Amino acid sequence: MTNAEKLTLAKHACHIRMGVIEGTHSAKCGHPGGSLDIAEVLSYLYFVDMNVDPENPKAPDRDRLVLSKGHAAPGLYAALAERGYFPVEDLKTLRKIGSYLQGHPNMNTVPGVDMSTGSLGQGISAACGMALGAKLKQQPVSVYAIVGDGEVEEGECWEAFMFASHYKLSNLCVFLDRNHLQIDGTTETVMDSHPLEEKLKAFNFNVLTINGHDYDAIESAIKAFHAENDKPTCIILDTIKGKGVSFMENAVEWHGKGPNDEEYAIAMQELNAAYAALEEEDK
Amino acid sequence: MAEVKKIATRDSYGNTLKELAAEGHDELVVLDADLAAATKTGMFRKAYPGRHFDCGIAESNMMGVAAGLSTMGYVPFVSSFAMFAAGRAFEQIRNSIGYPHLNVKIGATHGGISVGEDGASHQCCEDFALMRSIPGMTVICPADDVEARAAVRAAYEMQGPVYLRFGRLAVPVFHDEANYHFELGKGEQITEGDDIAIVATGLMVNEARIAAEQLAAEGIHARIINIHTIKPLDEDIILKAAKECGKIVTAEEHNVIGGLGEAVCAVLSEKCPTPVRRVGVQDKFGCSGPAWDLLKLYGLDAATICKTAKEMLGK
Repeated sequence: MTNAEKLTLAKHACHIRMGVIEGTHSAKCGHPGGSLDIAEVLSYLYFVDMNVDPENPKAPDRDRLVLSKGHAAPGLYAALAERGYFPVEDLKTLRKIGSYLQGHPNMNTVPGVDMSTGSLGQGISAACGMALGAKLKQQPVSVYAIVGDGEVEEGECWEAFMFASHYKLSNLCVFLDRNHLQIDGTTETVMDSHPLEEKLKAFNFNVLTINGHDYDAIESAIKAFHAENDKPTCIILDTIKGKGVSFMENAVEWHGKGPNDEEYAIAMQELNAAYAALEEEDK
Repeated sequence: MAEVKKIATRDSYGNTLKELAAEGHDELVVLDADLAAATKTGMFRKAYPGRHFDCGIAESNMMGVAAGLSTMGYVPFVSSFAMFAAGRAFEQIRNSIGYPHLNVKIGATHGGISVGEDGASHQCCEDFALMRSIPGMTVICPADDVEARAAVRAAYEMQGPVYLRFGRLAVPVFHDEANYHFELGKGEQITEGDDIAIVATGLMVNEARIAAEQLAAEGIHARIINIHTIKPLDEDIILKAAKECGKIVTAEEHNVIGGLGEAVCAVLSEKCPTPVRRVGVQDKFGCSGPAWDLLKLYGLDAATICKTAKEMLGK
């Protein structure tokens, strides 16, 4: 990837983060922390890798993305808006009565959302069904699922992982967002799932652990997924929850609340400064 | 009188899946959770191994996989025992199938107490209550082989989620296939009569038929109504029966809490208040034993329906 390409993606990620802050500020609630930390992977998927068309969001041969950690909906919505599925302005309607942007993703109301999620552990199963369906139809469809590192405490995830390797769903790529934080504290104190890489390997996955904020690493991991034709892939993303907004970074309290006016102003100031720096670098 | 043929509705299910595939419905796929021999999807697997997916003993994941397959244009029939489909995987059905209103058909076998010797852990008498409460879910409980086969076809043909409850026990086939027309959401009036109405579902429909004969011998003319579609409920046929008969007995192989009886009471209390007595499992767990003996023990038989009807009529 060239530096210019990386800068373009970084700007998309910055816009996604601004969308997350706009939405959760307007809603006065929502989940900014786990939305901010997947901005890089979302920007790479929607602007480089995935075969999708905002003009034809239900195209049968499109690639799919299932946000199994559905509470990161503000991140997904911001990415879809940035990609042109619907107006960015609509992000401010997040969680409001009458809005199509429900608190958790609804596939029947939001263009570009491939599965309704929100109850943890369930999206990954649906992603397995999509990958199996694509294999049956012999369609070259890639199915991506984003799973949280708290979410894997749900037993259903491991049922799904077993299923994925049993049926050799090599067209399935699971991103495991390893930010080490969940509602009640760190994953180490609440329910320690370490070591995840070894567990996924034991479940017969092709496992890669990368810096989830590094585009070169994301690109090479996704290339490794596309090259794999036997096993499902799991890319463990080492991330910083709340990435990009200083006071939200690694702060457990920003899992599920919206910024107030003052916090919103600081967050947007930081993101605007980050965007300006990217523009400067791009010159 | 010729011996009445007995067939378990789970057999009707397996046979119909195979027939549908044979007719060229290539989008039909079947999922099971290590129970294919018992749910009878094994018949389908034998004929179409590439379209039958064993999910192992993992019903929650199976429901999600079915949801995902349906988004790819497949029509999945997902099977397990009623206890583990409606019970264990309730929330997966609610959130991954019901909420997005996906085209998934849940074929739940071994419903009710007539599971028999396996005992209470496997005798699901709560599935109607659970499935009825999900918005947009169609809930069907066929009474015999003819009706079960028609119900599977109707479920396949409609768009949207369907819960089908089948039984383990071989039950009498009383519908005449040549003359029977199954219509989703429409009850079937089996006998004329306006002294009392008996509204039944599943294997209790045949018990109601037997009860009606016994009542007739005593000069009581009971109207038998078969409700194969518990949701959406045929309100018209129930209201008509209430107006013309004035008294209703409901009969189901399910807890009296949350099942057909309560659904009937809900319609009547709002639109035509009418005395109702509910024959069903009286808020108890089952136990081990031969199925027909258990049905008697729990009052799920013609004798209990007769007794209840006569009590209501003061006879």
